[in-house]
Amino acid sequence: MAILQINDIHAGYPRKKVINGLTLPPLASGEVTVLTGPNAAGKSTLLRAIAGLLHAHGSVQYEGNELTTLSPRKRASYVSFMPQSVPTDINLSVMEAVVSALKASPLDAATASNEQFHHRAIAVLERIGIAHLALDPLNQLSGGQRQMASLARSVVREPHILLLDEPTSALDLRHQLKVMRLARSFAQDGRIVVMVLHDLNLAMRWADRVIVMHRGELASDGTPIEAITPAVIESVYGVRIRVERCSQGQPNLIVDGEC
Amino acid sequence: MAAMAVATVLSFLIDIAVGPSTLDFAGVWQAIFSPESVDLSTRVIVWEVRMPYAVMALLVGAALSLAGCEMQTIMNNAMASPFTLGVSAAASFGAALAIVLGLSLPGVDGEWMIVVNAFLFAFGATLLLQALSSLRGTGPEGLVLFGIALVFMFNAFTGIMQYLASAEALQQFIFWSLGSLTKANWENIPLLFGLFIIIAPFSMVSAWKLTALRLGEESARSFGVAVKRLRFFSLLRISLLTAGAVAFVGTIGFIGLVGPHIAKLLIGEDHRFSLPASILSGALIMSLASVISKAILSGAIVPVGIVTSLIGVPVFVALILNKRKR
Ligand SMILES: Nc1ncnc2c1ncn2[C@@H]1O[C@H](COP(=O)(O)OP(=O)(O)OP(=O)(O)O)[C@@H](O)[C@H]1O
Ligand SMILES: [Mg+2]
Repeated sequence: MAILQINDIHAGYPRKKVINGLTLPPLASGEVTVLTGPNAAGKSTLLRAIAGLLHAHGSVQYEGNELTTLSPRKRASYVSFMPQSVPTDINLSVMEAVVSALKASPLDAATASNEQFHHRAIAVLERIGIAHLALDPLNQLSGGQRQMASLARSVVREPHILLLDEPTSALDLRHQLKVMRLARSFAQDGRIVVMVLHDLNLAMRWADRVIVMHRGELASDGTPIEAITPAVIESVYGVRIRVERCSQGQPNLIVDGEC
Repeated sequence: MAAMAVATVLSFLIDIAVGPSTLDFAGVWQAIFSPESVDLSTRVIVWEVRMPYAVMALLVGAALSLAGCEMQTIMNNAMASPFTLGVSAAASFGAALAIVLGLSLPGVDGEWMIVVNAFLFAFGATLLLQALSSLRGTGPEGLVLFGIALVFMFNAFTGIMQYLASAEALQQFIFWSLGSLTKANWENIPLLFGLFIIIAPFSMVSAWKLTALRLGEESARSFGVAVKRLRFFSLLRISLLTAGAVAFVGTIGFIGLVGPHIAKLLIGEDHRFSLPASILSGALIMSLASVISKAILSGAIVPVGIVTSLIGVPVFVALILNKRKR
């Protein structure tokens, strides 16, 4: 089992410190971790810091490697990041975009032929369930389709650590479910999956572990039922909730109103 | 793409055929492939007069269009091109400076000195643009406005130089500001050709990285692209190509904007194809512009820069209006 250990990390933007000395519990391969918290809590910033997309101090250890010190190419062989939003005006087909994600920098399997690259791209599109869109240009997709295509690009390089920033924000019910199942299956492949979600019921149902962030700090963490409690939610979001078991025993979050 | 290549060759032949004394295609063909079989005057017209212009047109169009294609990608701006963002103006000024001050370095030929100086100014301008476009809150329109400011600034500098220059240097200036193929000859064509042939493969090697950059900077970086490095070397190539083109034919407007747009419209943004397609479309448009420049007024050659501007301005305006709508 591989472990991602994030210790005392500091990250932010030139004129704004967002995260000051955040330490997370160790994240293990095979697990889906949901990262949640109010807008501007620093969730995206944290994922960017782990992916090495912005300057960060502190330590991000993975299998004996300090990710913060690796070259972009080396780090990309471990970590992949799916941004919260992607450009909309791209005149590339879904397939071309996935292949360019594969070819942008050499993978370990650098000797693969063009044909193998294409097989790999098709396989990912099929797994995500958008193979029928392969030849459609990205700038003519619906918002949800575009998000699925973005997911395909972020997993095609088969990263050890998969960071997904709100991958379900534009999706209908069925596709939300699809993405949550996919996240579980990526974890089953032996990856570490961290996803940002605002939908706490999805988190309850599908996460192995939930981390709640607030103002750049850890507000709570643990199993969904441990991390999402009325007390935590009230102090972080200022919203009153109840967690009730439905008839089948699933915990469900019911929102009662603002405090 | 094959159709584009054929069209370019055709246009090249027409370009050679059209002029004060019109030649027929068969004659042009013969003069090119078996020069001994045609009479002396045809041979001289084709090889010494028309051919240098026609070849230069292709090269300049190709260089500027390739530069424009890369620029649009790395600046993530559909309105970017060496001309619209002031890189051409900077290169012109650099070239003018070299001519007027008679700058020279030991061991560097005068012709090269013009290119070198044009390059230095072009590169300075691209770095400035790059710094600005990476600042937060500068949208695509902001960048274009800044580019226009650069155009005015360098034109003003060039104006000052004009004011101070001798009558002889003034002649040269008019040449820079209008953009004309008349300086093409068998000495400077190999220079630009060499520059282009060295640079284009480096562009092609970066094709996948440039395509990945279209998916967003964060995505590209998470695919392992060293985006800063990619940008830097791309700017270097853009500056060299622009400086090379400007040093030999002056400021040619809009090819670097229109060429890539036509290419992307036809072929999409997979840079393995859009880069070579831009090269072809730029060469084709420039060649057509050269034909038109000879056909507008019988007996006179209108500077080709004027023709490309006449074609380019409406396209540019249409692009901006289109952006607004979205
Ligand atoms: N590029 C940036 N430059 C400067 N400040 C930024 C930038 N991006 C985000 N911030 C700031 O950093 C803070 C944290 O932002 P972040 O995007 O990490 O929030 P988030 O938790 O992902 O929120 P959301 O749920 O809305 O996506 C915010 O206060 C925001 O204003
Ligand atoms: Mg976010």
